[in-house]
Amino acid sequence: MNGLSLLAAGAGFGRELVFWVCAVLAVVGALGMLISRKAVHSALFLVLTMVNLAVLYISLSAAFLGMAQVIVYTGAVMMLFLFVLMVVGVDASDSHVETIKGQRWMALILGLGLGTLLVVAIGTGLSGVGAGGLATANAAYGGNIQGLAALLFGRYVLAFEVTSALLITAAMGAMVLAHRERANPRPSQRELSEARFRSDHPGMLPNPGIYARHNAVGTPGLLPDGTPSELTVPEILRGRSNAVPIADPDRTPIETGGEE
Amino acid sequence: MNGLLELTGMGAFGIDPWWLIIIKVLAVFVLLVLITLMTIWAERRIVGRMQHRIGPNRVGPFGLLQSLMDGIKLALKEEIFPSAAHKAVYILAPIISATAAFLTFAVIPFGPVVSIFGHQSPLQLTDFPVAVLYVLAIASTGIYGIVLAGWSSGSTYPLLGGLRSSAQMISYEIAMSLSFVAVFLYSGSMSTSQIVTAQQHFWYIVLLLPSFLIYATSMVGETNRAPFDLPEAEGELVGGFHTEYSSLKFALFFLAEYINMVTVSAMATTLFLGGWRIPYPLSAIDHGLLNTGWYPMLWWLVKVCLFIFVFIWLRGTLPRLRYDQFMQFGWKLLIPASIGWIVIVASVRAFRNEYSSSSRSLIIWVAAAFVVVMAVSYFWSAFVDNKRVADEFDDDDEDEADELSPFAGGFPVPPMPGQTFKEHARVGEVLFVTANSTPDEEATDG
Repeated sequence: MNGLSLLAAGAGFGRELVFWVCAVLAVVGALGMLISRKAVHSALFLVLTMVNLAVLYISLSAAFLGMAQVIVYTGAVMMLFLFVLMVVGVDASDSHVETIKGQRWMALILGLGLGTLLVVAIGTGLSGVGAGGLATANAAYGGNIQGLAALLFGRYVLAFEVTSALLITAAMGAMVLAHRERANPRPSQRELSEARFRSDHPGMLPNPGIYARHNAVGTPGLLPDGTPSELTVPEILRGRSNAVPIADPDRTPIETGGEE
Repeated sequence: MNGLLELTGMGAFGIDPWWLIIIKVLAVFVLLVLITLMTIWAERRIVGRMQHRIGPNRVGPFGLLQSLMDGIKLALKEEIFPSAAHKAVYILAPIISATAAFLTFAVIPFGPVVSIFGHQSPLQLTDFPVAVLYVLAIASTGIYGIVLAGWSSGSTYPLLGGLRSSAQMISYEIAMSLSFVAVFLYSGSMSTSQIVTAQQHFWYIVLLLPSFLIYATSMVGETNRAPFDLPEAEGELVGGFHTEYSSLKFALFFLAEYINMVTVSAMATTLFLGGWRIPYPLSAIDHGLLNTGWYPMLWWLVKVCLFIFVFIWLRGTLPRLRYDQFMQFGWKLLIPASIGWIVIVASVRAFRNEYSSSSRSLIIWVAAAFVVVMAVSYFWSAFVDNKRVADEFDDDDEDEADELSPFAGGFPVPPMPGQTFKEHARVGEVLFVTANSTPDEEATDG
């Protein structure tokens, strides 16, 4: 019929070929996700599985489902996963310490339970119900997408809305937890600029990592504990009079100094 | 002629012989590479002209072969692997990027059904009922290339660039897909060829102008082009996600960026500018002669080149946005505006479907609704203003008592209901003052 010409039109053989390629890749991806040590690699293997599932859906004439799978799961959900993994730090997940006691055993038991449940549910579903076929399903509402829309916004509208309410609640909860009330109003760019010019240092501040209040070559860099390091001043300058003396009181950190 | 009639609609797709499919695939590939080469050349020349320079003019006539030579130079350069890179992902990233860029063009219609070597076939590689969703899906896969490039380089600037771009592209993809919804509602289809057919009488840029404006803005954000080129902001992030890339792998990223530019332009053409159709006065010539045969490909190319020129123009004109302003613009302006517009379009469609199809009664209803909304908002604003004035009177008496210095106790605290902040010029100053003024407390605490 219509559909992806190469995939759908070649019906029999083409579909079988697509199945054997994509199914193998999907299983490889699933195994890779479980086995790989790095969290990012796991995420990438999961992406491989999802994309292959999407191709399988499309080859079975469920193009909309396939596209939704790629857009929602690959494009949005997994991307956010990757995002979090990158922000948190790549190696943070390498630790194998159990934070919750008995977590592994619980996971094993629950996993097995879920597996059994799935096998039983799918088994009964396959044996008990006869497949109506794509043509009958599409004919009911005049098209694949129309049929999906009718089910989502008709028969299952309550479940759909409840799910969306749950997701919105979760998002709102995350926002509330992460929200921080500003103690002072946020300075505007203009205010920042004016403050900078009124200060005694209108020029550029030294780069991050340089523990110094001035960025002239002759100024000694400060070590993390606040003491100036002689090594950071070029040897040629050290002997000359225009080098800043290391004992200059202006160069010692004022903020961290203290009563302790 | 009978064969031609049969080949309208979706029936025209999926029946090409294998040799024709290969020809079409090759043609799309070659076209994209050529457009990319020409776009790079045009960009350098046009931006040069805008900045009172000449631009590249040495290699070939008018410097036309410049980008080809640049490509050859890039290919001959040394490939560098950073020692901290994750090799497999590092190689995979540019491949994902470039592949995704090429894939999208499979569903772009270049023209109507024509005869190719005696075979009737549409000037489009393929089409299916959810083709526009396919474009979105491929675009979201393409982001992986950039994110993974940033991550796998094992370096700080690329990582930050990758993070920025993923956040940016996801945000702008939402606005972009929302702007498609109005088009779907009006055309009643998600297939690109059907959308072009639906624009036979009215281009959607006329009917759905807000959608077009939102799309045109978000497509610049989606392609990481100036003024939204924050992922590769030179002043902040060196080269962004591709800082550590060299040679052919860098060339692939470069290629992907330019193909993406062509792709979003082609999508804008397809969805809003009537695809390959020529505008009204010309389309009337000889009963639409200019909309048949191979001519439409020319109109398509002109429209796409127009968009590409605007891309270049923007780059030559506008300064880069600040990151937080850019994200605010996307989330707080584009997306809500898009949703509001969809609600309006959907209500109009629903109204026309349910009650009457005449536009006159629709206008009367809209006018009535407008009057009601204006009346409600007038009374509402009057009420709120009164209340605000009253509140101000109340505040005057207890101003002193309700003011809160956030750092008074040594820690920043939020205001209680009814309290207001005392504003301070600088945070540092406040801290200094508090630290000095309460030495007794510290002593007792310590």
